Amino acid sequence: MSNVLLDARRIGKSFGGVQALRDVSLTIRRGEIYGLIGPNGAGKTTFFNVLTGLYSADAGEVMFDEARLNIGAPHEVTRQGIARTFQNIRLFANMSALENVMVGRHLRSRTGVIGAVLRNKATRIEEADIADRAHRLLQYVNVDARANDLARHLSYGDQRRLEIARALATEPKLLALDEPAAGMNATETAALRELVESIRDDGVTVLLIEHDVKLVMGLCNRVAVLDYGEKIAEDVPELVQRDPKVVEAYLGGALA
Amino acid sequence: MDTFIQQIINGLVLGSIYALVALGYTMVYGILGLINFAHGEVVMVGALTALSIVKVLSGSGLPGPVVALLGLMGAVPVCMALGFTIERVAYRPLRNAPRLAPLITAIGVSIVLQQLMMLGWGSTYLSFPQLFSAQPHSLMGASINDLQIMIICVAGAMMVGLVLLMQKTRIGRAMRATAENPAMASLMGVNVNRIISFTFVIGSALAAVAGLMVSANYSIAHYSMGFMLGLKAFTAAVLGGIGNLAGAMLGGVLLGLIESLGSGYISDLTGGVLGSNYRDVFAFFVLILVLVLRPSGLMGERVSERA
Repeated sequence: MSNVLLDARRIGKSFGGVQALRDVSLTIRRGEIYGLIGPNGAGKTTFFNVLTGLYSADAGEVMFDEARLNIGAPHEVTRQGIARTFQNIRLFANMSALENVMVGRHLRSRTGVIGAVLRNKATRIEEADIADRAHRLLQYVNVDARANDLARHLSYGDQRRLEIARALATEPKLLALDEPAAGMNATETAALRELVESIRDDGVTVLLIEHDVKLVMGLCNRVAVLDYGEKIAEDVPELVQRDPKVVEAYLGGALA
Repeated sequence: MDTFIQQIINGLVLGSIYALVALGYTMVYGILGLINFAHGEVVMVGALTALSIVKVLSGSGLPGPVVALLGLMGAVPVCMALGFTIERVAYRPLRNAPRLAPLITAIGVSIVLQQLMMLGWGSTYLSFPQLFSAQPHSLMGASINDLQIMIICVAGAMMVGLVLLMQKTRIGRAMRATAENPAMASLMGVNVNRIISFTFVIGSALAAVAGLMVSANYSIAHYSMGFMLGLKAFTAAVLGGIGNLAGAMLGGVLLGLIESLGSGYISDLTGGVLGSNYRDVFAFFVLILVLVLRPSGLMGERVSERA
C-alpha cells in the first residue's frame, strides 16, 4: 500500500473567463493532517469542491487510494472514501441530530425497499446497528445529549461538530474540513483541534482548509498554499511560514 | 342529523382517495419542486387496468374482495412502471431546464396518456362491476357499505405504512434528506436519481390503489377521469401545504369533507337555486381561498430553508 492517499495532478478549473485553479498538483499522505491555506479568493474552496465531486475539473485528474477518483459524481466520491464538511454549515435542518448521522450511514448499509417493507430480521438488525453507530459518533463529537433535537435547534458549535460526525459516518479514508473553526471562539477552537487530532489518531487522514493560520500551523503535518489559483508552496508548516512567496501573498510585496 | 353523519362518511371516503393521490403530488414536489400534472392520469391508468382485470375475473365465481385484490395486483405494478417511465423519459432530461419546461412536459404526458388509453379502452364511460355487497350497515342513523369501509381502512393503512417508511427506514431517511438538500444527500452517498425514481414509483403505487377505489366507489371508469381527480388531489396537497406528507393527508380528508358537506347542504343553503352538481365548485373555491389567505397551506412551512 502506497503511503500516498490522494494525488491531484495538474487540476485546472475556470468559471467563465476566470481561471480559478491552474495546474494545481498536490499529494496527501496517509495518516497526516494536510492544510490548505491561501488568501481569500485563492481557489481553496474550488479545489475542495473538485476533490469532493461537486465540480468537475476542466483539466487534470485525481488519484485516490490508488484508483482514479470519479470526479463529478458526489455519491461515488463518497463511496471511494472522501467525506467533507462545509464552510457554511449544511445539515439536514429538519431532521434530528441522530438522523443526520444516520443518513451518513446510508452508503455503508444495504437494506433496500423490500427489506424496508417486510421489516425482516436482517433489516431490523441493520437499523439497530445504524442507530447504534450513529449514537457512538455523536458521543465521539460530544453531541449525543442532543441526539433527538432537530439539527436547526443545535448551537453553532454543536452544528459544526454534528457535521463532522455525519461526515465520519460515511467511513471516509479522507475527511475534508472546509474552515471548521470559522466563527468559533477560542474554547471551541481548542476543542475542535483536539477532535481533529483524535480523528487523525483513529486512522482517518484529514484535509483542512482554514483561515486561522495559527490553527493550521499548529495542527497540520504539511501545508500547501494557494494564491490566485496556483500552488505557491507545499511543505511542513515551519518551512512554509518562512517561504518568501507565502509571506508576499499574505502580506503584500512591501514587506517581503 | 343523519344527513350530516352521512355526508361525513361520504366525505371521509372521498377524502381518503384524495389523500392517496395528493401524497403522490406532494412527494414529488417535496423532492423535485415539480408539479407532476400527469399524476392524475396515473390514477386513471390504474383504474382502467384494474377494471379490465376485474371484468375478466368477475364471472369466474371468485369472491368480490379477492377479485378486487387481484385487480390491484395488476394495476399497482403497471402504475409503478408507468411512474418510473414518466420520470425517466419526461422529467429527468429536463432536470436542469427552466421550471416551466417540465411543467409543460407534464401536461404533454398527461394528454398522451389520455389519448393512448382512449385508443385502448374507448371513449365511453365503462361500468365497474360491483365487487362488494351493496347491503348497507347502519351507523349512527346513516349508512355505510362494505366498499366504503374498505376504502377508508385500506387508505388509512397505506398512509400509516408510508409514514413508517419515511420515518423509520433507511430509504425513507434518504428521501427526506434528498427533499431537504439533494446535493448534500448526494455527498452523503445517497444516489439521488434512484431516490427520485423510487419517489415516483411509490406515488404511482398509491395512485393505482386510489384509481381502483374511485372507480369502484362510483362504479364507473373513463379515460378522462384522471383530470378532475388529479386537480382536486392537487388542491388537497396545496390545502395541506405542498411538500408536506401529513399536510397532503389532512388536506385530502378535509377537501373530501368540505365537498361532501357542501354538496349535501348547498341546496338548502341557497333555497334550491344551486344543486349538488355544484360540488366541484367547492374544491376550487377552497383552492382560491387557501392561495389568498395562506399560500403555504395549513401545515406548510416557510418556502425554503437550507441549513
